[in-house]
Amino acid sequence: MTENAIPTTPPPERRRFAFDLRAASPFIALLALILLGAVVNPDFLTASNLTNVVTRSAFIAIIAVGATFVIAGGGLDLSVGSMAAFTAGLMILTLNKLGGAETSTLLMAMGVALMVSAACGLFNGLFVTIGKIEPFIVTLGTMGIFRSLVIFLAAGGTITLRDSGMREMYRPIYFGSVLGIPIPVLAILAVAGLGALLLYKTPFGRHVVAIGSNEDVARYSGVPINRVRLLTYVIQGVCVGIAVLIYVPRLGSATPTTGLLWELQAITAVVIGGTALRGGVGRIWGTVAGAVILELVANIMVFSNFVSEYLVGAVQGSIIIIAMLVQRSLQRAR
Amino acid sequence: MKHVILKSLAVAGLAAGLSSAAFAQPKTVTIAVSIPAATHGWTGGVVYHAEETAKQLEKLHPGLKVIVKTSPDGAAQANALEDLMAQKVDALVVLPFNSDELTNPAREVKKRGTFITVVDRGLKDASIQDIYVAGNNPEFGRVAGKYFVDNLKQGNVVVFRGIPTVIDEERVTNFEKALEGSGVKVIDKQYANWNRDDAFRVMQDYLAKHPKIDAVWASDDDMALGIMEAIRQSKREDIKFVLGGAGMKDMIKKVMDGDKMIPADVSYPPAMIATAMNVTAAHFYGSAPMRGTYVLNAQLITKDNAKDHYFPNSPF
Repeated sequence: MTENAIPTTPPPERRRFAFDLRAASPFIALLALILLGAVVNPDFLTASNLTNVVTRSAFIAIIAVGATFVIAGGGLDLSVGSMAAFTAGLMILTLNKLGGAETSTLLMAMGVALMVSAACGLFNGLFVTIGKIEPFIVTLGTMGIFRSLVIFLAAGGTITLRDSGMREMYRPIYFGSVLGIPIPVLAILAVAGLGALLLYKTPFGRHVVAIGSNEDVARYSGVPINRVRLLTYVIQGVCVGIAVLIYVPRLGSATPTTGLLWELQAITAVVIGGTALRGGVGRIWGTVAGAVILELVANIMVFSNFVSEYLVGAVQGSIIIIAMLVQRSLQRAR
Repeated sequence: MKHVILKSLAVAGLAAGLSSAAFAQPKTVTIAVSIPAATHGWTGGVVYHAEETAKQLEKLHPGLKVIVKTSPDGAAQANALEDLMAQKVDALVVLPFNSDELTNPAREVKKRGTFITVVDRGLKDASIQDIYVAGNNPEFGRVAGKYFVDNLKQGNVVVFRGIPTVIDEERVTNFEKALEGSGVKVIDKQYANWNRDDAFRVMQDYLAKHPKIDAVWASDDDMALGIMEAIRQSKREDIKFVLGGAGMKDMIKKVMDGDKMIPADVSYPPAMIATAMNVTAAHFYGSAPMRGTYVLNAQLITKDNAKDHYFPNSPF
């Protein structure tokens, strides 16, 4: 990982070459999986199935783009699943409270969702930076806090979007498409595009990678450590908020089990995508590929007729490990 | 031990009938109710019904005091039992988080001479309990299977499993046993964790994989809601109905309103806590024998009886 240690100006020729191979490996794993799926069951390769899978991966993909910033900066956020459930709950309650099916109502509730999730991220970030507590502990704590808050808001039941007019108006955000591309997929592209721009093309992005790579060196180089780190958690929060905006129209409800284990899926997607779990390397598009890989593996499991439902977890785990092995061997081959 | 099969309504009626004796000789009794906190829909229903029943019983029997205590996990529930004992209670109604962790704490309570009613999940040592009230998971599967045999007669069915547990296993094996010899065929089954989002995902995959599905056994109302959304998106017309389970109010409402896709439901009522509390109170305020095991039927809920299962104020 020599080229990632210090994000100043490495020799351009070598860097571009290394970058291409490494960045491509998650996509090669993705292609291999698609081939596997086609072998398992020919019905797998229908356009509608593949569209479903990519659309479904939107929540994890968008959240994982945020997680790429946090992890590249040497942090960790375990609270994203609970945060998503809490934000979704508050958003639906806002819609129910305002009532009616006007666009302005929807926009207001969307604003609430983004503000709530950004505030949740800020909360995490403040404890990590000013409070100087390990991010693992902080976000484990807030994971419990956000989760109980949803359970409390729902009184153990379900928070459901009541107005059926609003439900119909909002539904296309998940189920609709523009020029044949589902809106959630467009959202992935937009979020990842912005994320890539921010991480690769701005001083802020270089600072994130710098503090994840070596905090002391970054500090001596004059990087405002706390501000950069705090911002990564806020970005994570905003990404959770955007994911919620797409999640709510799908089933129109939030339950105490909404977003359960999303944090693990997001972290897995980030790592599959080539970002180092210890920080210092961030790969936005790889993360997106990682999220699609996770969803694809689950999809292939349902399509296979020979895997007993008891063993799905084991086969799923093996496929992910093998996919990572394929990637690593590709990287060594350079 | 006497095995009795009763419906919750019958028990409630019995308790009400016996209550007249209470006015003649007011007697002070304290009943403690220890249940899991509302961490998912079904336990949310348990908490609601426990609190409602506590109010009703206290009104019915002037000397009666009911303390309802919820706990977030097994260890906390064990502590809660100790705290409740310090308040000197005559009876304990307990829906244990799990059998292993709470058997010994319950035994300690029993040693003090407290009357014990166990609900839903049995303790390891059956001699601790005076009354046991439980739902019937094998029958839950059987009733559902019979519904498919009677109403679908023949065709392809996809099955949604919950979380890998004894409860799920009992339900699914008995469902498949009920289908034996009929024209109804299970063409696929997968775990979807009693979770709406997982059920949505699995149903999308089923729809892409199988060109013809005649009906769906969702086995749970939460999962049924996710499944309905996936079917709606696919615009497929081949699926005749979806059968859920548990008795969530939104689903009962659909059955009541005659929704074609949701013609029925199978009960696994969180209100079983109310049954247990009523029977326990009847032990103190009546002369009829109450000790024994009460297994609540998993009832088929159709348009005709849906009203009896509809609790619009319950969170579940």
